[in-house]
Amino acid sequence: MSQSENHPMMPGESCPAPVFEHRQIILGHGSGGKLTQELIERLFLPSFNNNYLAQLNDQALLDVNGLRLAFTTDSFVVTPIFFPGGDIGRLAINGTVNDLAMSGAAPRFIAAAFILEEGFASNDLARVVESMREAAQEAGVLLVTGDTKVVNRGKGDQIFITTTGLGILERPVTISADRAWPGDKILLSGTIGDHGMAIMSQREGLEFEGAIESDTAALHGLVAAMLDTSTEVHCMRDPTRGGVATALNEIADRSRVGMELVERNIPVRESVKGACEILGLDPLYVANEGKLVAVVAPEAAESVLDAMRNHPLGRDACCIGEVVAAHPRRVLLKTEIGGSRVLDVMLGEPLPRIC
Amino acid sequence: MKYLDEYRDAELARKLLEQILRVQKRPWVLMEVCGGQTHSIVKFGIDDLLPKDIELVHGPGCPVCVTPLELIDKAHAIASRPDVIFCSFGDMLRVPGSECDLLTVKSRGADVRVVYSPLDCLRIARKHSDRQVVFFAIGFETTAPANAMLVWRAKEEGIRNVSILVSHVLVPPALEAILDSPRNRVQGFLGPGHVCAVMGYREYEAISARYKVPIVITGFEPVDLLEGVLMTVRQLEEGRAEVENQYVRAVTREGNIAAKKLVFSVFEVCTRKWRGVGPIPQSGYRLREEFRDFDAERRFDVGSINTQEPSVCISGEVLKGVKKPLDCPAFARECNPAHPLGATMVSSEGACAAYYLYGRHLKTEHKPALDSQSSVPLKP
Repeated sequence: MSQSENHPMMPGESCPAPVFEHRQIILGHGSGGKLTQELIERLFLPSFNNNYLAQLNDQALLDVNGLRLAFTTDSFVVTPIFFPGGDIGRLAINGTVNDLAMSGAAPRFIAAAFILEEGFASNDLARVVESMREAAQEAGVLLVTGDTKVVNRGKGDQIFITTTGLGILERPVTISADRAWPGDKILLSGTIGDHGMAIMSQREGLEFEGAIESDTAALHGLVAAMLDTSTEVHCMRDPTRGGVATALNEIADRSRVGMELVERNIPVRESVKGACEILGLDPLYVANEGKLVAVVAPEAAESVLDAMRNHPLGRDACCIGEVVAAHPRRVLLKTEIGGSRVLDVMLGEPLPRIC
Repeated sequence: MKYLDEYRDAELARKLLEQILRVQKRPWVLMEVCGGQTHSIVKFGIDDLLPKDIELVHGPGCPVCVTPLELIDKAHAIASRPDVIFCSFGDMLRVPGSECDLLTVKSRGADVRVVYSPLDCLRIARKHSDRQVVFFAIGFETTAPANAMLVWRAKEEGIRNVSILVSHVLVPPALEAILDSPRNRVQGFLGPGHVCAVMGYREYEAISARYKVPIVITGFEPVDLLEGVLMTVRQLEEGRAEVENQYVRAVTREGNIAAKKLVFSVFEVCTRKWRGVGPIPQSGYRLREEFRDFDAERRFDVGSINTQEPSVCISGEVLKGVKKPLDCPAFARECNPAHPLGATMVSSEGACAAYYLYGRHLKTEHKPALDSQSSVPLKP
């Protein structure tokens, strides 16, 4: 992202793998956008490449003696750790449950690792743990193993949690980012940007009329309701960091298809819209923690949408666009006033604009 | 959203487009002055909807883009000091200096913070009385009142550990520089709505009269922009050249008098360098002598930093409206938001970044150079 990337290779130097050119890690590498993608493709993939990892889904699907398992891991490093609508503990359970659910698997087991900062209030830790217990119970998963480390004061930010999840895929479905097909409908389970703006308004001390609450929720129930209706769900993502725009770009890229979205159909809460306007952010790039986007065969779209709307977590679900054969790997948005623009992948951390 | 949805109404937009089609008889080249206007135009796809022979060129009104390299290098030198908390608007963090950007300076250990209001710096300075809090005071006339207020209050309240690195620039001298250029193509301006909300539009009357050019002070929402285009085209077709105010809900002829008074009590007009353009006389603000103690350039002695702009990119030409982003051979190839070569690719308000982010390069005959840097597909 800076000119530090432009260093030419020394004469005679050669490297078989794409070179990761940043001399230092910057925050954008964890943003879920283009820089994260670059880090994965240039540093992690060349070292660990295998057929499971190469799928680049939010979870790996493993075949163990005929049993189809979904396996995933995620780290949670949110500030503040308590926010309207949830906290880091609830997020750590729901996030991993959702990564499993996006494959159609039923989440079963969770492992949790805690990195605690010296001086962190044990009362706060107890609150976080209690909320993890609650979330796990609600999601029907068992926390079966874990680890705890404490680092010196100043070497961490109160608490970091990593959760790893294991689920079982009992349904005859294959849901993967490379399965979108022209004609498929793109369904979104509800309003976007709630989680990201809840965190940002807390972090920046912004007060909005009608507090914005995180949408953190476990989505496996909603997914089950969808799959009970039809197995023709081709791709599913929970659009966390990078938002809906980045999630759909990943699908378009992996499936080598184009997408056309209708801005008017994308539900955004008034408070979230307002906060985004003030900060100069686009809700399509803001994180969600309790929403999903699904790419569904056209003939199944209506019944799947009905099933979503009948589920409490999909009440505001809607069809926001469709997959097209034209302009492969590009996501186009038809704007409110009838113009059109391309939605690209987010670059790094979203930065508020000056005016 | 009230006060916004009305200005994003598709039906109203369609009616305005019809009127533009009715009024317009000849081809015209218009410039939208503000970065915020450019941003809206591409975000809503407005240039897509306009008749093909109304050309919009993007003006110099992005404060992030016009901040000269030299000042960014000074910012990095100051931010790198261990005793400094360096505060900035968000999008300044990604602007490359000659070596890196502020995000990289931060990753090396500097205390760089994003603030939403310059006045946040007072709170930070009170909390960290043993450290120096520096605000990167960039912007056009729009941000000047808040930046002036920071210095004024710091002086009033005796907060000594605050200073500002000033890079304030002014719109009218930039318009004159564009109109004075022998290669100028601009026939009418969508004037800067927010700048005029502060300053009023009186000073644009002389420019309009002298250069015989219509200037329509215009807002930032799609309906505003379309109405601004309609009013400008109507003037051009009727052979008029005057200042008109489309943005009546925010702008008056005299502007915000209290804000202007504050600005002129803290700042005075001076020559400023513009990135990609060079020095323009009487085109910016600096602190008045009685507030000079709050000048970060003086406090941290960075006067010796003297950076020359690289000659590779055409951002200066783009800023002046002489060229469009797609005219640049580096656009979306060597130069993209992840590796900006020039100022206009840096800020989301910059003309090149706006083109890139909203995919203008993907809809044209230009090769989609995105492919060269985006993912290599990794099928098992």
